[in-house]
Amino acid sequence: MRHLEIDNLSSSYGDQQILRDVNLSADKGEVLSLIGPSGSGKSTLLRVLIGLTAPTGGEVRVGGERIDYKDRRSVKALRDRAAIVFQQYNLFQNMSVKRNVTIAPIKIKNEPRAIVEERAAKLLAKVGLADKMDAYPDELSGGQQQRVAIARALALNPEILLLDEVTSALDPERVGEVLDTIRTLTGEGILMIIVSHEMSFVREVSTRVAMMDEGRIIECAAPDTIFLRPAEQRTQEFVSKILKH
Amino acid sequence: MLDRIAAQAPDFFSGPNASFVLEAVGRTLWMTFVGCTVGFLAGLAIAVLRQSRSPLTLPFRLLAIGYVEMFRRIPFLVILFLVLFAAQAIVPEASLLTLATIAVVLLATAFLSEIVRAGLDFVPQQQKEACHTLNFSSAQTLFYVILPQSWRVILPPTAAFVVMFIKDTSLASFIGVAELTFAGKMLVNNGFSPVLGFGTILVLYFLMSYPLSRLASHLEKRLAPSRNR
Repeated sequence: MRHLEIDNLSSSYGDQQILRDVNLSADKGEVLSLIGPSGSGKSTLLRVLIGLTAPTGGEVRVGGERIDYKDRRSVKALRDRAAIVFQQYNLFQNMSVKRNVTIAPIKIKNEPRAIVEERAAKLLAKVGLADKMDAYPDELSGGQQQRVAIARALALNPEILLLDEVTSALDPERVGEVLDTIRTLTGEGILMIIVSHEMSFVREVSTRVAMMDEGRIIECAAPDTIFLRPAEQRTQEFVSKILKH
Repeated sequence: MLDRIAAQAPDFFSGPNASFVLEAVGRTLWMTFVGCTVGFLAGLAIAVLRQSRSPLTLPFRLLAIGYVEMFRRIPFLVILFLVLFAAQAIVPEASLLTLATIAVVLLATAFLSEIVRAGLDFVPQQQKEACHTLNFSSAQTLFYVILPQSWRVILPPTAAFVVMFIKDTSLASFIGVAELTFAGKMLVNNGFSPVLGFGTILVLYFLMSYPLSRLASHLEKRLAPSRNR
């Protein structure tokens, strides 16, 4: 049994099929990247994995437990084990950096404030924002906000960390600082699933890369295989196009 | 005319008159603030209910929409008479002030629920999604994230509505509530100069609404950046 198992997952929006028969599994500590053109279903897959979108078929198991998307408790249990960082950061605008990071562990998970605050301080130091504890999101740059969002997700001690195009909304100059932060998280035993268009980064940090197209995973292999010797024609087209520009 | 005012002034500003007018001011403020506070809470409840997408709440939502759409289109005076005559049938012993306050609540609920709804809609959907992914309950989402970010949008029109209502409660004099306008009429009927009587009333209405307008614009400025502490 692997930590995350996805079987024949499908999802549709109206009469449009977004995910078709997705099969994927991964262990803790892996860094799995999803690549593919826009609209190929990468973000939808992450939304299903955090319970924001319910699948129309197939199943997801985390730690052997099947997620019942119709049962709120089951979805809550999923979110106890997984955390997501969004493209647009989605920090709470009315809260300081510190409160953004600590509110869920304190108010939702009922952890002692002192312990959570100590952890938050460590995490913010780790993402390089120890001096911004009391700042508000609108006083920070996009890159800084995104690093706070990463700290907020990590404060939940997730087993699975989902990163949804976390650098796509950033100025090119700010991309590096966020990627550096993510790099430090590998090797901590967290299963990371990354949707990204930063191909050199994907190639560097991933243990495996899954190529998606039209709602399917058409190929999933080690990064070198995907980037140098892909089995599928479509992967080769996509990779060569994106590496050329 | 000035002679008459000068002659009447000592009598007019006497103790009994002053306490009569002050009691009237109290009734005006009571109707406005109790009515608008209860109306705001009810309006908030309706606005939150209307955010729900659950089929279970559908009948309540339809009821709420019907209520809001109807009561926003009925003149306050008509609501006053409606409450008065309904009360005579059900609770004949209820005081006129209570009935007028209920009428204010009925109208304020309808208007303020729309103001609150606009405020709740102002907060981006992504903020709610972030709450979901952190396992916030609906109430936690509302009180920790949505409301603190919507005050900025809710407060100015709410204050404007309350200021407007300080004036509109004068209609309650029609059903016999001894509020400020009623008091003015009484004083003039008792022989005081209309300039003196209604002039005093005018100043008092201004004194009640001006500080509230100032407070509203102060709060608006304080909440202006997104740091709604």
